[in-house]
Amino acid sequence: MRKDEVPQDQGILENYKEVVYAVDDQGRYMPVSSKGWSAKTEANELAWVGINLQIEKTRDLVLAGKLSPLAYYMELNHMKPGLLGKYAGFSRWRVKRHLKPAVFSKLRPKVLERYAKVFKITADRLKTMDS
Amino acid sequence: MHETFTHQHHAHCESGVFTSLLCHHGVDISESMVFGIGSGLFFSHLPFVKVYGLPLTAYRIAPGGIIKRAAKRLGIRLKFERFRDEEKGVLALDQALADGRPIGLQTGVFWLPFFPPAYRFQFNAHNLIVYGKEGDDYLISDPTLDRPVKCPSSDLRKARFSKGFLAPKGKMYYPVEIPRDLDYRKAVSKGIREVCSKMLNKVHSLVGVRSIRAMAKKIPAWPQKQGEKYAAAQLANLIRMQEEIGTGGAGFRFLYASFLQEAGDMLGMDELLVLSERMTKVGDRWNSFAYKAAPVCKGRKKGSAVYTELRDILLDCADQEYGIFSDLRRVKI
Repeated sequence: MRKDEVPQDQGILENYKEVVYAVDDQGRYMPVSSKGWSAKTEANELAWVGINLQIEKTRDLVLAGKLSPLAYYMELNHMKPGLLGKYAGFSRWRVKRHLKPAVFSKLRPKVLERYAKVFKITADRLKTMDS
Repeated sequence: MHETFTHQHHAHCESGVFTSLLCHHGVDISESMVFGIGSGLFFSHLPFVKVYGLPLTAYRIAPGGIIKRAAKRLGIRLKFERFRDEEKGVLALDQALADGRPIGLQTGVFWLPFFPPAYRFQFNAHNLIVYGKEGDDYLISDPTLDRPVKCPSSDLRKARFSKGFLAPKGKMYYPVEIPRDLDYRKAVSKGIREVCSKMLNKVHSLVGVRSIRAMAKKIPAWPQKQGEKYAAAQLANLIRMQEEIGTGGAGFRFLYASFLQEAGDMLGMDELLVLSERMTKVGDRWNSFAYKAAPVCKGRKKGSAVYTELRDILLDCADQEYGIFSDLRRVKI
């Protein structure tokens, strides 16, 4: 790629810039600052569409009373029960159990606190889905 | 002490961190050189390993490998530390900073508040440098960003002790011994030899040029086999791994071409300059792959014709790279 061909499309990088390696007229390589590239933005957006869809789905299930709000926050933080368990210090099957609304509603404040800390929210907010 | 640390902007986090650290200690070296000596270039497509529900595709060697190799080949000794106890990890970092040492860290990007939100995935192998502390904020030089940033200590702690695949466990590192004269010829030779042997691997089709071919051949079947949506998501994932994670463009191919050029100049070997030009051409092909695949991701382009076209581009990349690495292997350095 020549340095005048380096894409400069404002996008996901916000106001940061990144480095792309390109050649000048003499074919010499140099790092060139780039604001971004639309092809990358499109690919990145598609990845987020998938993630956000999953979050929405989970949200609906929580509202329908099929899952506990813990499931919503888990999705919001791109986690699966196993990973959340590692963060909070619970086994995977215990996290899975806590995803059931009936079990979740009976959890002790201490347990809720540990989850809340992982998500950087208060234990009270963990019981709702207000963001 | 941190007033003396100069932030440098690089393409990739790992090679960038190591380059910045070496420059801080008075070694005049470029990112391309570190990347090349560290044998950073790679290709592997593993359909059975899923990340975010999509097959793992890597254009570079496993995290940590570039620094490890580059240091070893240049005779630089690094001190690595990991911690089981978070408190100890925090104290060790603060102590090292108090000693006036910039420190390389492995972090989970999801927890880094200064990172562009679109890039915040659960990915645990992002490298950055901490060079000081101001009140409760760490002063951070992230080589993939164009300026130094600050990060609250609680967030950095979370990032250093993120969990899951490739968990950093507070990993921190810094050079402790740098030889006065670095033997570039030997280091470059070793770096090149390893890349060639990996890319030309003949044993299986999980790694190297054979992996590119194996993946390319399956692309036309993606839409029927997995559905249009999943096929598009897979293409998007390829573009992201190839272009997004600080590759310097074309899945590190341009960065490697830059290395070949620099090595050719340094060692006075014209063969390397010619190979650098060829590498640039393959890079342009990879680039056009991303360019052609992007509209499919967004659903602006559909049908099997596009997928066959994409396959042909990648097969061409594979053929060209096979030629380049075969010739590169024969170069006597």
